[in-house]
Amino acid sequence: MTTERNTGKPATSKSAIAIDKARAEGRAALIGYLPAGYPSVEETIAAGIALARNGADLIEIGIPYSDPVMDGPVIQAATTEALAKGFSVRQVFDVVAGITSQTDAAVLVMTYWNPVVRMGVDEFSRRLAEAGGAGLITPDLIPDEAAEWMDASEKYGLDRVFLVAPSSTPERMRRTVDASRGFVYAVSIMGVTGARSSVSSAAEDVVAAARAAGAERVCVGLGVSTAEQVSEIAAYADGVIVGSALVAAVRDGGVDAVAQLTKDLSTGLTRK
Amino acid sequence: MADAPTAGSDEGTVDAFLQGGTSLRHAPGPYFGAYGGRWMPESLIAALDELEDTFEKAKADPEFIAQIADLNKNYSGRPSLLTEAKRFAEHAGGVRIFLKREDLNHTGSHKINNVLGQALLAKRMGKTRVIAETGAGQHGVASATAAALLGLECVVYMGAEDCRRQALNVARMELLGATVIPVTNGSQTLKDAINEALRDWVANVGNTHYLLGTAAGAHPFPALVRYFHEVIGEEARAQILEQAGRLPDAVCACIGGGSNAIGIFHGFLDDPSVKIYGFEAGGDGVETGRHAATITLGRPGVLHGARSYLMQDDDGQTIESHSISAGLDYPGVGPEHSYLADIGRVSYEPITDSEAMEAFKLLCRTEGIIPAIESSHALAGAIKVGQRLAAEGGAAGASDKIVVVNLSGRGDKDVATAAEWFDLLDKDSAEAVIGKEGEQL
Repeated sequence: MTTERNTGKPATSKSAIAIDKARAEGRAALIGYLPAGYPSVEETIAAGIALARNGADLIEIGIPYSDPVMDGPVIQAATTEALAKGFSVRQVFDVVAGITSQTDAAVLVMTYWNPVVRMGVDEFSRRLAEAGGAGLITPDLIPDEAAEWMDASEKYGLDRVFLVAPSSTPERMRRTVDASRGFVYAVSIMGVTGARSSVSSAAEDVVAAARAAGAERVCVGLGVSTAEQVSEIAAYADGVIVGSALVAAVRDGGVDAVAQLTKDLSTGLTRK
Repeated sequence: MADAPTAGSDEGTVDAFLQGGTSLRHAPGPYFGAYGGRWMPESLIAALDELEDTFEKAKADPEFIAQIADLNKNYSGRPSLLTEAKRFAEHAGGVRIFLKREDLNHTGSHKINNVLGQALLAKRMGKTRVIAETGAGQHGVASATAAALLGLECVVYMGAEDCRRQALNVARMELLGATVIPVTNGSQTLKDAINEALRDWVANVGNTHYLLGTAAGAHPFPALVRYFHEVIGEEARAQILEQAGRLPDAVCACIGGGSNAIGIFHGFLDDPSVKIYGFEAGGDGVETGRHAATITLGRPGVLHGARSYLMQDDDGQTIESHSISAGLDYPGVGPEHSYLADIGRVSYEPITDSEAMEAFKLLCRTEGIIPAIESSHALAGAIKVGQRLAAEGGAAGASDKIVVVNLSGRGDKDVATAAEWFDLLDKDSAEAVIGKEGEQL
């Protein structure tokens, strides 16, 4: 199955196709994050469509979870509100289908692992594929524990986006790159999600290490909120991931603010 | 399992119990059957590897072993006593009850065993800062104590609501030089304090050790925390053999995350004649939904780094736990306990707030010992176990039965809660009033 994986030529990976399309246009891909059900399922779909129509190539839909250990205050506040309003995990498939039916963006789901375990890894994967989803980004699942997900993702043709970090050893970097499909998510900094005034210089090193381990597509996330930061990362990475800044835009200005911010961010994508 | 062995003859029955020849002791992780593992962000894996490596080397280092032994003896006050509770036992079917007195340790509970060990490991790793989570404050106080002793910076995360309820424990930690950070995220409880500590750890892992307070979390924490608490079971086993001349019929402990329990259980896991009981917090009663009886009613899932039983809804969202005892008020449980439950080696049962408080009062008035409310769950369980043993053996045989209870901590910290609880009883003992007012505790 190596042709399906990050290290080989992509056959059907929706994420890889989206990233390669951006690459062919001489730019990095823009990946935008939105928490499902914030402030409502309908508005998440509308915001996702706005993302796709204003320059995002891939979209991450986060599943609100009771114990989001990798998230900073902005995303925590949003997902806590979504849960308080009664968000149910199965609604994430409505969000994914709502966006994929209206746009060409690759739509991934970002989720802590327990909601997937609860539904059943195979059942979750089947429904995600059925909704047109591209795959999963798994912040608290490492390849060491991913046997069930490896099987299900192969069965349903879904991308497996694992994270690599500044602290990853070369050995772990190789293992994670090998297990990934679509792209590898390079964590720019040792920390949680949330805008930062500057992007750590560690990010470029993590991307280089992932490439040395065989990764063909590496996207950088955590702390990116401005077009200047997008431009900086686009110089060395295949994609730039923006999360908290978009969530703040949803919070402060709804779908219009998301559209405007996406336009601004996408000006930084072209490689100089 | 019917014939209790006499002292010195237990080795033979161990073999009978262990038909496959594999011991249940010293389980190394990362997996305990289907439980355990590392469900953690990649950013923290290197730190967990470093901790595991340091721990394995320390265990094999006579200097480290000597350091722990010295601190246990000359700082914590170990070995802790094993006290026979004769007047209390009259209420437990007339069996003999022995209390493992972890309440007599420095800082007043078993927690000191683990924090000293982990703080030494932090120094070995060259870390200068430790962080910890705490519910009512016991582990936070113990962590602050170890940090003060060993010259480490200490930051304790504590739910904002717990900070208000336990203002004196916040002051104790600050007196010991720690910084207490109130956690206002999520449900503002112990699990959210753990979440916040993990966020701190991800950002500061270069100089910081996460001093986890219970035998849960990602590998190597469950095996590591158990290792430092194994001394409880080792001492208790030797002491009961010396005092009673034989192994006990039953061992009882309370279970939140399960660190005191796994410590005392470990000494008896390979003794097939010894029945082992873990008592979870039944809160208002497991039928009310307001409880922390994770193994009794939970389902397997992943939280805070390990696969284990978990209180969760149909979406996999963690359900808030409820218990009068802050130390047991946690919706997860250590993975080794989940395994011991599945294979039937340990029986896990819920004890309600009311049952625990009755046992609390009983121990105060029959033995002159104020137990922690956590430990009172084990005492209430021991009463039930004693009555069952007595029923099995007949009244004449009851006095031959022996139950060892881990008295994991002292109740000084719980005096305000207990006073509120029992003042209500004095004014009007109607259960309806207790039920209504009890929720305000």
